[in-house]
Amino acid sequence: MSVEKPPVVKGSTAKGIARFGGNRAAALVPQARLAGPMPWVMAIMIALTVIAAAGGMALTNLTRGAQGELSGAVTVQILAAQPQEKARQADMAEKALAELPQVTGLRIVPQSELDELLEPWLGKSSTGDLAVPIPALIDVQLRGSASEGQLAELRAALTSVAPDARVDAQSGWLQPVFGAIEALQWLALALVAMLATISAAAVWLAARSALGSNRDTIEIVHLLGGTDAQIARIFQRSIGFDAAAGGAVGLAIGMVALSVLGSRFAALGSGLMANGGLRPLDWLVIAAIPFVGVAIAMLTARLTALAALRRML
Amino acid sequence: MIERARDIVTFDNVGLRYGTDREVLSDVSFTLHPGSFYFLTGASGAGKTSLLKLLYLAQRPSRGVIRLFGTDTVTLPRKRLPAFRRRLGVVFQDFRLVPHLSAYDNVALPLRVSGVREGDIAKPVNDMLEWVGLSHRREARPATLSGGERQRVAIARAVIGRPDMLLADEPTGNVDPEMALKLLRLFEALNRLGTTVVVATHDVHLLRKVSGSMIMRLDKGRLSDPTGALRYPPRRENAG
Repeated sequence: MSVEKPPVVKGSTAKGIARFGGNRAAALVPQARLAGPMPWVMAIMIALTVIAAAGGMALTNLTRGAQGELSGAVTVQILAAQPQEKARQADMAEKALAELPQVTGLRIVPQSELDELLEPWLGKSSTGDLAVPIPALIDVQLRGSASEGQLAELRAALTSVAPDARVDAQSGWLQPVFGAIEALQWLALALVAMLATISAAAVWLAARSALGSNRDTIEIVHLLGGTDAQIARIFQRSIGFDAAAGGAVGLAIGMVALSVLGSRFAALGSGLMANGGLRPLDWLVIAAIPFVGVAIAMLTARLTALAALRRML
Repeated sequence: MIERARDIVTFDNVGLRYGTDREVLSDVSFTLHPGSFYFLTGASGAGKTSLLKLLYLAQRPSRGVIRLFGTDTVTLPRKRLPAFRRRLGVVFQDFRLVPHLSAYDNVALPLRVSGVREGDIAKPVNDMLEWVGLSHRREARPATLSGGERQRVAIARAVIGRPDMLLADEPTGNVDPEMALKLLRLFEALNRLGTTVVVATHDVHLLRKVSGSMIMRLDKGRLSDPTGALRYPPRRENAG
């Protein structure tokens, strides 16, 4: 060991210009990576968030599609008991409706189509002499949505030519269904918010645990002149890597779940469900979920570390 | 910006207590002059480590005023403390090396914290390891080093940034007499380059081995300065 003269660090070198970060700084805190619980907690959270968000967006699409299709749709029922009178009023109503400027399309639903619709409930007897009297139906498509004002105008136009006509907006029948779907959308949104909160809480716990187990190292870096920001950045980076790994795994699990659920719902073949698919923008939102998760995790880790460091001198 | 001052440290009626216990340091007043060599002595429990903690800004006093490099560090916002700590080198009694880093990375740590570029780190760190005779152990983890080797890594880490003041807490407590003398010569060499050195020790044999050194003696938390040399240090021609 030489004792002549210690080596000199040049004054210009000692001036800090490089950021204390990257692998060199990360090495101060031992990294568990996939051996630790953090990535797997994040994977589960991200997978559940992907499923909840996809469900919420599918329900939104379903509602929008159905409401769009039904918003201008009106059903006119001719309730006359006598078949000849019913047919006469239906013809007169069709002509009267066709002259209205707000009507963009209409058709009398053929008797065969009605019989086919009712057959599962009434059987073949609905078509014979002993048939239950079925009203004549006219499907009307209005320009814009079927407001109360529009419906009143239709009723006024039909009063003289088809006194047995009853006018209803089709969307009104599905209002309870839309209400239930809306409740499910809010539930999906609440689930996403709760999962984000739980993820942040898990990161908070992980960051506190990491700070506790590395307290000696933190104190050394502090006493060597390390700033809170430098130390917080180390934990932020570490948690960020864990969250990114967990996010990738979670997204993969979520996509598999969506694929299975999608194929099951597609097999239902229901007209209503056909609107419940995901659009390109929805897939972008789903792909962004892991990134948002990583951002929340890193922000939480930084705030947790800074709060803990402020308690040190 | 930290102002340059003639007196590197000034303590004025400083007291320190932990919690509600009695004061471990009472009415401590002294001044440290740039470029001087001080021994801080006293029996175990006299308050040497507590005094050093106040000096290396690990603790705030319960009362009194501490001026470091001309700035009152008692009321200084904590976000400004790192800049002061970077001007200090500390050799802890228990070394406090980062256990999962190599000797090289432990010595490099102050430079990295100070924002020195990676390319500018290798030479001074290798030179410093050579200076303390540990070039061949640069990749060794602290757990595989002997007590003396760890001590030298801790010293290399403390002086790598050319601190204005070096504080050493019982630096010879874990080494044999021969190594203790070598370490003392290292501190003297640094002192000759202008670094103020404060060595806390209970080894009275060391005190005679550095000519021109001043002695601060702590007894039950009180500093004895019978000659007044600490509070009113003599002017030194080569200091500053």
